[in-house]
Amino acid sequence: MSPYVPVAIYLCVALAAALLFTVLPGLVARRKPNPQKLEAYECGVEPTSAVSGRFPVRFYLIAMLFVIFDVEAASFYPWAVQMHALRVFGLLEMIVFIIVLAIGYAYVWKKGGFQWR
Amino acid sequence: MIPFWAVVLIKSALLLFVVVTTFAYAMLVERKVLGWMQLRPGPNRVGPWGLMQPAADAAKLILKEDLTPKTADPLIYRLAPFISLLTAFSVYAVIPFGASADQGTWAIGNPNAGILFVLAIASIGIYGISLGGWASGSKYPLLGSVRATAQMISYELAMSLSFVGVLILAGTTSLDGIVNAQARWWFVLPQFVGCVIYVITAVAETNRAPFDLVEAETELVAGFHTEYSGLRFGLFFIAEYVNMLTVSCIATLLFFGGWNAPFGLAMVPGVVWFVLKVACFMFFYMWLRATLPRLRYDRLMAFGWKVLLPVATLNLVVTAIIVAYKG
Repeated sequence: MSPYVPVAIYLCVALAAALLFTVLPGLVARRKPNPQKLEAYECGVEPTSAVSGRFPVRFYLIAMLFVIFDVEAASFYPWAVQMHALRVFGLLEMIVFIIVLAIGYAYVWKKGGFQWR
Repeated sequence: MIPFWAVVLIKSALLLFVVVTTFAYAMLVERKVLGWMQLRPGPNRVGPWGLMQPAADAAKLILKEDLTPKTADPLIYRLAPFISLLTAFSVYAVIPFGASADQGTWAIGNPNAGILFVLAIASIGIYGISLGGWASGSKYPLLGSVRATAQMISYELAMSLSFVGVLILAGTTSLDGIVNAQARWWFVLPQFVGCVIYVITAVAETNRAPFDLVEAETELVAGFHTEYSGLRFGLFFIAEYVNMLTVSCIATLLFFGGWNAPFGLAMVPGVVWFVLKVACFMFFYMWLRATLPRLRYDRLMAFGWKVLLPVATLNLVVTAIIVAYKG
């Protein structure tokens, strides 16, 4: 039998437990809303402006860099598991791969991609 | 004869119960430890030695008013803590706690891709935090959640690279295979650099001090969960502690020999050693929180990208060179 069958059963139990915790406040907690309580919190004063949803573009840059480098990290995994069989051949292959990546990494560093201003 | 699925169902429910109870008492122990380190008694009113404090906290959180700000997106606002909690629970499907000759590995499921499963599920946890802050429709939570997302994805990189050294040495991604590979040497010795990187990134991934920029109260009130109240806040809180427990388990499995006994003390069962090692890690977490001040955000990001990432890559290259020529 696949080892993922018990995992799936466990996930169902975890789902049920998390769902229980999520609906519980709707059933048990008392509710006495008033307009002040329902305001978004802003240090006790009325919100001065609506949330525009704007935030520094740096965060997007970090997210893009993450995608690139995370794919790299994922491609290390199958190689790492086979390292005992691949030996020097695997090592050289991976060093070439890392050099290519290092060029990109150095470029981002030089361009100030990791600089948080 | 009890059918197979019923056995797994009962085991799963028991495991979840143990995880939630461990969370409750880890929280109490943390408050006690922080209290002692700051020369005060910590919680000591509810029950003897404060032992009923978790129950009191739970009752209070459940009965508190459940507020949804009128600017919030109601569905996603309620979904976010659920995602956080579900992913925090899910990881335990593959974590082995011990092994015995007649029963094999003690785990709910023991797939070959154990460590990949852990990484995949843990990454989903970020959605809970980023969606929660975004859906609150409020400024501080929004800022807190974009910060949290950037921090967690940056440190996740170095974390997944710090595992690679262990995988090279163990030659497998299954968690019990990695533990069995440590029967002679715990991987903390040959992979010391990887272990240090893992511990640092683990603290950052779980948003704990000194990397708790996500809820830096001096800047962001309470970060992404500013608008949450009652049990919905509680869910994020449970998820944070369960994640602490998870990364402690992973550290024990990957670097500290899992249930292998130290110094040949094999008469004590393996699961006891496992729990002891995890407990040491949890204590280390609390100690960090009592000792270190919070980092500045630009330094945190620079540290992740300019120090941890290259060092982790260098570590795996050195490990690969040694294995290629000596292993």
